[in-house]
Amino acid sequence: MLSNKEIIETIDMLDNQNLDVRTITLSLSLLDCVGGGAEATCERVYDRIARRAENLVRVGGEIEREYGVPIVNKRVSVTPASLIGASFAAYDKNIYFKLAKTLDKAAKRVGIDFIGGFSALVHKGITEYEDAFLNALPQSIAETDLVCASVNAASTKSGVNMDAVVRLGKTVKELSRLTADRGSIGCAKFVVFANSVEDNPFMAGAYCGIGEGGATVNVGVSGPGVVKAAIEKYKNADLAQLAEVIKRTAFKITRLGQLVCETAAKRLNAGAGVIDLSLAPTPKAGDSVARILEEMGLESVGAHGTTACLALLNDAVKKGGLMAARECGGLSGAFIPVSEDEGMIAAVKRGALTIEKLEAMTCVCSVGLDMVAIPGDTPAETVSAIIADELAIGVVNNKTTAARLIPAHGLKEGAVLEFGGLLGSAPVMPVNRFSPAKFILRGGRIPAPIHSLRN
Amino acid sequence: MKAILSVIGKDKVGIIAKVSGYLQGIGANIEDISQTILQDYFAMIMLVDISRAEIKLDRITESLEKMGKEIGVSIRLQHEDVFHAMHKI
Repeated sequence: MLSNKEIIETIDMLDNQNLDVRTITLSLSLLDCVGGGAEATCERVYDRIARRAENLVRVGGEIEREYGVPIVNKRVSVTPASLIGASFAAYDKNIYFKLAKTLDKAAKRVGIDFIGGFSALVHKGITEYEDAFLNALPQSIAETDLVCASVNAASTKSGVNMDAVVRLGKTVKELSRLTADRGSIGCAKFVVFANSVEDNPFMAGAYCGIGEGGATVNVGVSGPGVVKAAIEKYKNADLAQLAEVIKRTAFKITRLGQLVCETAAKRLNAGAGVIDLSLAPTPKAGDSVARILEEMGLESVGAHGTTACLALLNDAVKKGGLMAARECGGLSGAFIPVSEDEGMIAAVKRGALTIEKLEAMTCVCSVGLDMVAIPGDTPAETVSAIIADELAIGVVNNKTTAARLIPAHGLKEGAVLEFGGLLGSAPVMPVNRFSPAKFILRGGRIPAPIHSLRN
Repeated sequence: MKAILSVIGKDKVGIIAKVSGYLQGIGANIEDISQTILQDYFAMIMLVDISRAEIKLDRITESLEKMGKEIGVSIRLQHEDVFHAMHKI
């Protein structure tokens, strides 16, 4: 039997600590939509999404009301678009743009928040169709509203494809320019990965990997406010005790995610997929990962000790969540996006948090330099170099890392980019002014590290 | 289906009467009821069986929220699975 204390604890989490489920993401394979020409393929892609995700938003809403738990985002992720258009790219130069428009139209039809999977995997080499995809990417993202793009440019097994990284630095700059009138928002919908995962429910990097099933529900949990509130009660506990408190809290949050995942999967006639154990912040007060670290004892996030503090948090969240979920996956780690976390924004503004410290923090958590605004005049080679650093961390440490950088078109250090909504606002952070251009422009591939040879 | 109904707010005369009257009206059965005082706040928790209710959980929740607003308290109705998932292994 449930005790009043347990019931009230849950209600308190919902009312006062921003407990929610961040996303239910329906992962759809589109590989069997390919065939019969570019137009016919686009039509089948549209029909598949429109039919298969037709009830996603309604079912999400039903679950929200029955369980009394907000589900912030309903999303769809699809097979990497570079593969869907592969056989047409040689004779139809617009195939990828058409596919992006098709995904956008389908996403709007079913009423979801975002669709992910305008993606390519180029960690070892760039094929001709992937070349066409990369050429089409900036315009495709700039001229759609709900489509998210990602490129995997490195893996522990293959190293870092620096030819891709050189191009992607330019892609980021181009996206910034093309969406300059909207705060360079195109860059917020594009992420570069090392070791990208096939079952990630979070944007901008969600796609349906080719090893995935036909239709699967993956769920991203949330709850930074709940974790902070839990440790507030332990002002004098030592770190091992704090880790225990975080584990217990993460368990409860994750069980909720598991319940939502199973219910949604059943009602959508899809497979129940993974629970992504990431603590995902929002720009709302009381929903910040940075504030957890400060509650643990840092004067400001970014102070020396931040990496160690985050390592403890990230590990405890995983250990607590692991037993609560039938299957864990996705990115699973604390997110540290700057613009989407009120505490991170404050730390940057007070001069406590630099891009170098953020980079160090990404060594111990998912997922990378996320939603970091940099000066608009940052050279493309420097953007590539920041990406390369981040990917190298992922490759060598056998983990997923990513870079979602926003060169703020026309803005300099200290200015603030306002996106609104869940994307928040990003103070423009200074970058190192010395040039990495000669190193970056060598191109080629940084070989896989020795420990990739595990067989 | 069983659901947990919670009423949280400043204590007022007639809350239980009003809520239970509504539940009786729609054919829901109260299986358990308890109340506690949290600081100055009144918390009433009911286990309600709504499997024979004439209207769907969605609509019941809506009506209860509306009633809560009128009385000046927060009333929620949530599927009991939420609490079992979070607190029971």
